[in-house]
Order: sequence, then C-alpha cells, then structure tokens
Amino acid sequence: MSRQVYLDYAATTFTAPEVVSAMTPYFTESFGNPSSIYSFSERNRKAIDAARQKVADVLGATKEEIFFTSGGTEADNWALKGAAWRNRSKGNHVITTKIEHHAVLHTAQFLQENGFDVTFLDVDAEGRISLDDLKKAVTGKTVLVSVMFANNEIGTLQPVAEIGAFCREKGILFHTDAVQATAHVPIDVKAMNIDLLSLSAHKFYGPKGVGALYVRKGVRIDNFMHGGGQERGRRATTENVAGIVGLGAAIELTSGRMKTASARIGGLRDLLVEGVMKTIPYAKLNGAPSGERLPNNANFSFIGIEGETLLLDLDGAGIYGSTGSACSSGSLDPSHVLMAIGLSHEQAHGSLRLTLGEETTEEDIRYVLSTLPGIVKHRREMSPLWEDYLKSIEGGR
Amino acid sequence: MYSEKVLDHFQNPRNVGEIENPDGVGQAGNPKCGDIMKIYLRVENDVITDIRFKTFGCASAIASSSMATELVKGKTVEEAWNLTNKAVAEALDGLPPVKMHCSVLAEEAIHAAINNYRRNRGLPVWEEESHDELVDHHAHHHG
Repeated sequence: MSRQVYLDYAATTFTAPEVVSAMTPYFTESFGNPSSIYSFSERNRKAIDAARQKVADVLGATKEEIFFTSGGTEADNWALKGAAWRNRSKGNHVITTKIEHHAVLHTAQFLQENGFDVTFLDVDAEGRISLDDLKKAVTGKTVLVSVMFANNEIGTLQPVAEIGAFCREKGILFHTDAVQATAHVPIDVKAMNIDLLSLSAHKFYGPKGVGALYVRKGVRIDNFMHGGGQERGRRATTENVAGIVGLGAAIELTSGRMKTASARIGGLRDLLVEGVMKTIPYAKLNGAPSGERLPNNANFSFIGIEGETLLLDLDGAGIYGSTGSACSSGSLDPSHVLMAIGLSHEQAHGSLRLTLGEETTEEDIRYVLSTLPGIVKHRREMSPLWEDYLKSIEGGR
Repeated sequence: MYSEKVLDHFQNPRNVGEIENPDGVGQAGNPKCGDIMKIYLRVENDVITDIRFKTFGCASAIASSSMATELVKGKTVEEAWNLTNKAVAEALDGLPPVKMHCSVLAEEAIHAAINNYRRNRGLPVWEEESHDELVDHHAHHHG
C-alpha cells in the first residue's frame, strides 16, 4: 500500500516549509550568541524580539509577557512549580483537573509530594469541568488553578473565560495549558483573564524543542532555569534562536489562516465522524460535539477490539493514528482522560484518536472510511469480548 | 518493537474461531488489562486434533494465541499441558518485556481448556501454576 494518510497532527505537525526557510539563516550565517554585544549578534537579538512580538500579537499580550522555553512541558513545569513556590507563604492548595496532559498532571503530583494539597477536578461525560465544582474546591489557601484550554486526546474545550473571570475575582492565579489550542482557536489572554499560558511550536507547524510561557505583567513566579541573564533574567540558557524564529513564523502563519483552516478541517472531521458512526456498529464518539471541541480532533471507541491492534492494522494500510489503550503506552492502565469521562476499561482500550491537519484531504478521509470499517469488523470477529458484548445486548432485549 | 514472527502471526493468525460442542474450553485474562484469550479444544484418543482461539488484545496477545495453538495442535493432552509461556515467546523470536504477560495468558488459557476437558471426562484436574513474577504488574494494576 503506497498511500500514506497522517492523522496524528495532535502528536506533532510537520514544520511548514516557509517556517524552515525563516529559520535556516540562524543556523548558518547568523550564528552569533544573542548575548554578545557586537553588531554581528544584533540581527539575532532583533529576530528574537520580532518572534516575541508575533506570539504576543496572537495571544493579545505584550511582548514583555512572553518567555521562550524548550517546549510545552517546560512551560507547564515552570508555571506550576514557579507559581506554587512563589506563593507558598500565602497557601499550599492547587486546583487542576483529572484530564490534564502528563506535563501538568505529574507536575501537580510532584507538588503534592512536596507539601502542597492538590484537588483534581472531575469532568463530565464530554470532558468539561463544572464551574460549580471549581468554586466549591477553592479554599483560603488556594494559590493556583490550572485547567487546560483544550484536551489533547478528546479535543474538548474548557470554559476558560469563565474560569479566568472567577479566579481573577478571587485573586487566584490561573494557568492554562494551551498547547493544543494555540493558533488553532481564538485566545485572548486579557479578555479571558489568563495569568499564565503554555504553548508549543510543533503543534502549529513550527519546530520541535521550542515553546513559550505567557506570564501576565505583574505576576511573579519563581525561576525554573537558573543560570545566565537571558529572557530578562527569568529563564536562563543561550536562546534557541532558530527555534524561536521558527515559533514566531509558525504562530503568525497558523493563526493567520485559523478561520479558513478550522472551517475546512472541521468540515473534514465532521465528514469522518459521520462516516464512522454510520458505517461501524456500536461506535462511540468520545468528547464534546462539533463546535465545542478542537476542529481537527476525532476520538472513537470501538467495543470489542484493542487499540494497539487497530493502530497496527491501520499502519498496514498506511494510516497513522493514536490510541488511549494501555498496550500502546507500556503501562497496563488505559488513558486517564478516557477513564475520567466515564468509559469502561473495554471502551478505553478500544479507542482511536484521529487528528487532522493542513495536508489532510477529503480523499484521505474517504480512504479511511473505506478502510477502517473492515479492520474493525475483522478484529471483532476474533474477539471473545465482542461475542460477549453481542450476547449481552441480545439478552437485554 | 515486534519480531517478524509476531507480526506474521498477528496479521495472519492461525486457528482463529470456535469449535462447535468442544471437548474443552478455557479462558484467561481480564478486560481491565485489555486482553482476554479463549481456547476451544477437540480431543480424540488423548490427542488434540483441533484447536481454535478467540482473542481480544494487542498484537502480541493475538500472536501468542496463534503460536500457542500451532505448538499444541497434534500433541497429546499431557504434552500440551507442558507447553510453557517461555516456549511460546521463544517460538515468536521473543516478545518485548512489557508484553511477556501475553505469552503467560496463552499458557493459562490452554491450561484452563485442558482442565475443562478433564472435568468433562470426570478426570481429576491438574494443578495450575501461577506466574507471579510475570503477572505481578497485572495484579498490581487491578488494585
């Protein structure tokens, strides 16, 4: 099979050719250390400054509020640990959710091991937190709330503006992991009352290994990387100039075409979802309805089959997706996100995430729709779980 | 990640299906872990003349089931009983360490099917060994 259909854009995107072109000079002729005072490095300082402005423009921030990092994970670590340590004299309570990316979840668990109380909010069946739950969880010791903008597995968007307004009123810092959302859905850190926001370039056609943390003016958090005076003394290490330039070029490019891209990609996603639900019996769509989730995200459960099996069969047909099944992760527990939205182990093990992007065509989706139902049928036929499931629904009639 | 043999048995599994009125049937695994294996036996004059399986699980679980059925087909019941999970994994040119429990599952499902056959024939069941060292992380995750 020569056809290749990449449907794992949420894992990573390719770096756009125009982004690579923008980066190239900073590996070669313009290699100077931005901290050096000679004129040779001036171009690099200016390039970093321009990239910072591009990020600020997309978020509705000022460039003094943008700090470059090595990626989304570092931005999340810095935001949580930095805000928690800085405010530990005020209180030791942090609130987050059960469906965060591991970059937040494991950092929150680390804080727990180091004297902080952490509340992990439940989500509803579509993956949304309840504002009432958040309000009830707040105590006099709460110093930080961290709720992701959009979920990486099921794409559900959180009520970020409402959370921001509430936290601001209470004087509690609000961090959002916007790694999946940035440049794909509109974000306005001022209107949404966001204090800290994490983003990563390789999720919007930029290079891997570079991200940023937005820190609202006046918000103080402890440093995470100690060393030289880069990033105005807030984040040490020689700047990844080419990466930062690439991040700037990519965020400008991707957010510039957000409206047309999300309409086109959202349309293809809806075509995929409708097709799967129509052609595969007992398929389940995980997450929120179209319009309340990332436009490129589809996540299904096919009872009776296991996700790794599905991925390998799809791979054999040239289709690349991902799963929340345990077997793909090396652990035996299925995805914490799928368990949090109330799926059974069997449903979580049989999950498939397909995420679309710039190069996805209608032809690709039609190819998936012509291939996937046969794979599911074939593997279900050899599954004792599927046999039991059919018996249980017949018995129920 | 997987050997050619694992991929072959995953893509073209041998002896898939069921046997009508089997002489023995056994199951191992748990949907929580993401794998269940069911084995059907036809036994004539103490020899396994036919064996079929149905498996829910990852590639290594399906490949282990397929290989185990090939290894015991045509063998006496006692020979089949002595098939170890290690022999299944070796016949597949090895399994990744985190997937070794899939081969254990194959051994356990065959043992369950043989004991079911013995029970049906009014014979005393044989003692099934546990594989604590390999299924430990299973049990652990069941909490």
